[in-house]
Amino acid sequence: MILDFKTVAKYIPLIINGIWVTLLFTFFSMIAGFVLGTLLTLIKVSGKKIPVVLANVYTSIFRGTPLLVQLFLIYYATPQVTGYSITALQAAVLTFGLNAAAYISEIMRGGIMSVDKGQREAAMSLGVPYKLMMSKIVFPQALRMILPSLVNEAIGLLKSSSLVAMIGVTDVMRGAQMIQNITYRAFEPYLLAAATYYVLVMILTLFANRLERRVRRSD
Amino acid sequence: MIKVENLYKNFGKLEVLKEINLNISKGEVVSIIGPSGSGKSTLLRCLNLLETPSKGKIFIKDEEITKPNIDIMKIRQNVGMVFQHFNLFPHMTVIDNMTFAPVRVKKMKYEDAYEKSMKLLEQVGLKEKENVFPGKLSGGQKQRVAIARALAMEPEIMLFDEPTSALDPEMIKEVLMVIQDLAQTGITMALVTHEMGFARNVCDRICFLDGGYIIEDTIPEKFFNNPKSDRAKEFLDKVL
Repeated sequence: MILDFKTVAKYIPLIINGIWVTLLFTFFSMIAGFVLGTLLTLIKVSGKKIPVVLANVYTSIFRGTPLLVQLFLIYYATPQVTGYSITALQAAVLTFGLNAAAYISEIMRGGIMSVDKGQREAAMSLGVPYKLMMSKIVFPQALRMILPSLVNEAIGLLKSSSLVAMIGVTDVMRGAQMIQNITYRAFEPYLLAAATYYVLVMILTLFANRLERRVRRSD
Repeated sequence: MIKVENLYKNFGKLEVLKEINLNISKGEVVSIIGPSGSGKSTLLRCLNLLETPSKGKIFIKDEEITKPNIDIMKIRQNVGMVFQHFNLFPHMTVIDNMTFAPVRVKKMKYEDAYEKSMKLLEQVGLKEKENVFPGKLSGGQKQRVAIARALAMEPEIMLFDEPTSALDPEMIKEVLMVIQDLAQTGITMALVTHEMGFARNVCDRICFLDGGYIIEDTIPEKFFNNPKSDRAKEFLDKVL
């Protein structure tokens, strides 16, 4: 028998407990990424020279280096430099948030650029100031357009969240690793982990489709 | 009401407007016509600084809007604009489109803005579309809402940038009727149009623009029956 789920069965709670961590982690990283990404976007579309360059450098660094390297830099290297140590979970949320912000800011910038120029002109001709125009006219329309991309980003984040097992966060992946260590079986726990991620992604996709339909109702 | 002095505008190497001088008095309805690419829209868009003039001065109600540090947002509240492609906000209902700026910018009370907007909607014949999203309206209806939206700010000046050019032929009339009614209310109007019949019958003055200059500036009767310049004759031969 190649597959032996019996031996593994009693350790399955390790994976199940990990689901909660994985979800919570993805959620907070996404929120952090969204907030930070929005700020970055505002800088990028502001047209102010030096801030724009800085924002672009930021994006370029976080998109140009591997996530795992960033994670190790923040978790292992930061305490060495600052003397202040953070928990694995904090480091992971921080890294993933900073990383997601870079990607999300590019998605949003594209979204904002794709809002018809006439929308801004109409707002301007009514005397609507820049901030109000961005928040009530341009941004809501951009958000609708980039929603599918944001969902993709969230799905990507959920899947790469398995990397945090590398620094000891007890997520789904880490649960599977622990089962392997206990039972000396690899196939079953990782298969279970894969299935778990798949189900989570499917749920997220379902949820996103609903959200998208709701947002698009006015079209 | 509107005064343009030696206006010059270029986009890079392309000189669109050269030496434009124009005076529009209170209550006047002026049509800007000319061949495509002559700078009509650019001239109109300079009047509320959607385009920044390269040189020259523009005055709105004796206030120079081309000097630095002018609060253009304040000026724009008094200068309504209607666009070729309507530019309604697609994520807002008709009534929200109309009340947004009066409430958020002019700080009108919502009830007052609502009442005003409903009155305007009735005037343009779209009272029943109050809670409809723009996507559900025809082109002509969209443009009528856009006109009503601009009027909801109670501007003293209205600018129309080819308001019927994007419409199907059967919808042009309903929009022109609305503009014509508006012209009779004594509001100051400048409009860029290709509707020669409309310009002739409704406007007080015609400005014929070609190659970046105002070549003729006269009453419609004279312009259409007896144009002075060859270029205006040529243009009229083509369009009439």
